[in-house]
Amino acid sequence: MRWIWIDKFLEFQPRQSATALKNLSLAEDHLHDLYPAFPIAPHSLIIEGMAQTAGILVGQARDFSEKVILAKIGKAKFHRLSRPGETLAFHARVESLNEHGASVAGVVRCGTAADAPLVAEIDLMFSHIDKNLAGMSFPEHNFVFTEQFTQLLKTYTLDRPIQL
Amino acid sequence: MAMTRDEVYAKVQQVLEDALGVDADEVKPDAALVDDLGMESIDALDIVFRLEKAFGIKIPRGELFPENLPELMQDQRFVVDGKITPDGMAELKKRMPFADLGPLEANPTVEQAKRLLNVGAVVSYVQSKLP
Repeated sequence: MRWIWIDKFLEFQPRQSATALKNLSLAEDHLHDLYPAFPIAPHSLIIEGMAQTAGILVGQARDFSEKVILAKIGKAKFHRLSRPGETLAFHARVESLNEHGASVAGVVRCGTAADAPLVAEIDLMFSHIDKNLAGMSFPEHNFVFTEQFTQLLKTYTLDRPIQL
Repeated sequence: MAMTRDEVYAKVQQVLEDALGVDADEVKPDAALVDDLGMESIDALDIVFRLEKAFGIKIPRGELFPENLPELMQDQRFVVDGKITPDGMAELKKRMPFADLGPLEANPTVEQAKRLLNVGAVVSYVQSKLP
C-alpha cells in the first residue's frame, strides 16, 4: 500500500495556498475499519490528507531542501462524516513560514464548490527538523519528500488529455 | 494608539491558552512557561507564529526564546554549585532584557533561572516590539 492520502492537486500557489482532492472509494480497506457495515473515512486519515497537502506546500516553498515534519495539530474540528463516493477537497493556506517551519490553516470540504459542505477545520504546524533539532543526526537525503509526493506536483502541471 | 499592558496581556493569554492547551486561570503573570504551563521545545515555534500573527510583529530567531540556555547553565563561568554567578546574571540580562531579574537576584539559583521565561516576560517582550 502507498501511504498517500491525496489523489491530485487542483490548485497550487507557491508559499500561499493549495487545494488537493481525495476520492473516497468503497474499495479502500481502511474505510471499513471503524464501523461494520457503515464505511467512513477515519478522521485521523483526513488529518493525514491535510498534512500531506500542507506539507508539500511547505516543502515546495524551500524547493524541498528541508525535511518538513508535522510537529503539531493546533486544531482538528470535524463537522460531518465522509463516506465512499464522496470527494474530499483539502484547502491549505500558509499562515506563517520561516526558516524554522510553518503554520497552515486548513479546511476540508465535501466537493470542490466554494460552498460545499464543511467536513473539517484542521490547523497544522510543521517543523524543519534540521533547523529545530540541532545535535540530532538525520539521514542526509530527504526522507520526507519521496518520489511519490513530488510526483503529485509534477502531474499537477500535466493535467491535460494524454495523446495515445 | 499604543496598546496598554492589560490589552497586550489579554492577547498573550489567549495565545498561550491556544498554543499550550491550558486554561485562562493557569496563565498568571508569574507562571513559568516550561515548569508551570508545560511548554515543550516545539511549542516555542508555535508561540512565535501565534504572537507574530496576533500582534503583527516579527520575532527573530532566539530573541524571545534564547538558544543554548541549558548549555549556559552548565558553564562554570555562569553557574557554580547551582548558583548563578555575577557573570551568569549579566549574561541572562543580556539575552533576556525583557525578563524581570528581581526574583533571580534575590534567589540566584538555576531553578529560579528557569522561571525567568514566564508569562510576564512574554508580555514585556511583546510590548518592546510594538510601536
